[in-house]
Amino acid sequence: MNNIVLGKARQFIESIPHSRKMGMRVVEIGDGKAVVEMPYDPALIGDPVTKVLHGGAVSALMDTASGAAVVSHHAAGVGTATLGLRIDYMRPATPGQAITASAECYHVTRTVAFVRATACDADMDRPVATATGTFTVPTALK
Amino acid sequence: MKKPEPVTQVKRRRDLALSVIVNQVPYINFLGVTFDRHGDELTATMRFHENLIGNPELPALHGGATAAFLEITSIVGLAWTSLWDEIETERLNVKSLQAGELALPKTIDFTVDYLRSGLPRDAYARARVNRSGRRYASVHVEGWQDNRDRLFAQASGHFLMPQRDG
Repeated sequence: MNNIVLGKARQFIESIPHSRKMGMRVVEIGDGKAVVEMPYDPALIGDPVTKVLHGGAVSALMDTASGAAVVSHHAAGVGTATLGLRIDYMRPATPGQAITASAECYHVTRTVAFVRATACDADMDRPVATATGTFTVPTALK
Repeated sequence: MKKPEPVTQVKRRRDLALSVIVNQVPYINFLGVTFDRHGDELTATMRFHENLIGNPELPALHGGATAAFLEITSIVGLAWTSLWDEIETERLNVKSLQAGELALPKTIDFTVDYLRSGLPRDAYARARVNRSGRRYASVHVEGWQDNRDRLFAQASGHFLMPQRDG
């Protein structure tokens, strides 16, 4: 993907109201892969005792990164919607650290795009969560 | 024979316990999710806001906002169900809850099934605890908008129960 296309894809993802509200930033995008970062924000806390982010916030990040990966795949494209998303939470994210989700759209049929994603905090060796998702492929592309 | 407890007192105790569970979680407030209670039945509402949009063209709710809404509904529903007996018998000290001593269930896995695109309107959800053991619980949750029979999303998940043994 060249820089103009990359810039457009980044702008497209970062202009999504809900993703913007959560402070999500596209780190990398192209060829069916996307890396999206979400800063730590006390408003997103799910556990008041430990200050750990809510699982739902991690889900929203995973969904955004996965959708971005689909959008950047040559055989899928803009106008996708999530069909299914499964998230496994391996450990609580460390409070104060940003979460980075890396998603890969690894297979696309005429109708469905398949994605897997991993979310990490500063410790990149121990993922916070993993996800698998299925997304629609816009009919206009056929 | 003991006189039945006045209804206003019963409601006050239940509503206070519910508000303690809900208000202690910043993310629930961030998404604008509130809960209505009828007896032990809870209905969650995610009031529509432009910030919840994921596709400005349609427009449609963000899949992540929908997932988060259903997960919140599951966790609050599960916490509520598991505390109900203690709330009713007044074994639960609401004051100690307010001091922030309430540990919530933790999500192990969560699977969302998107049935229709989320419209730019209020969304509602109800959770059903299918199994609640000492360590693990399994919850199913349904989300709808204008029509109760036309779900726009459903989800199910496993949760790790807080260990509150004394």
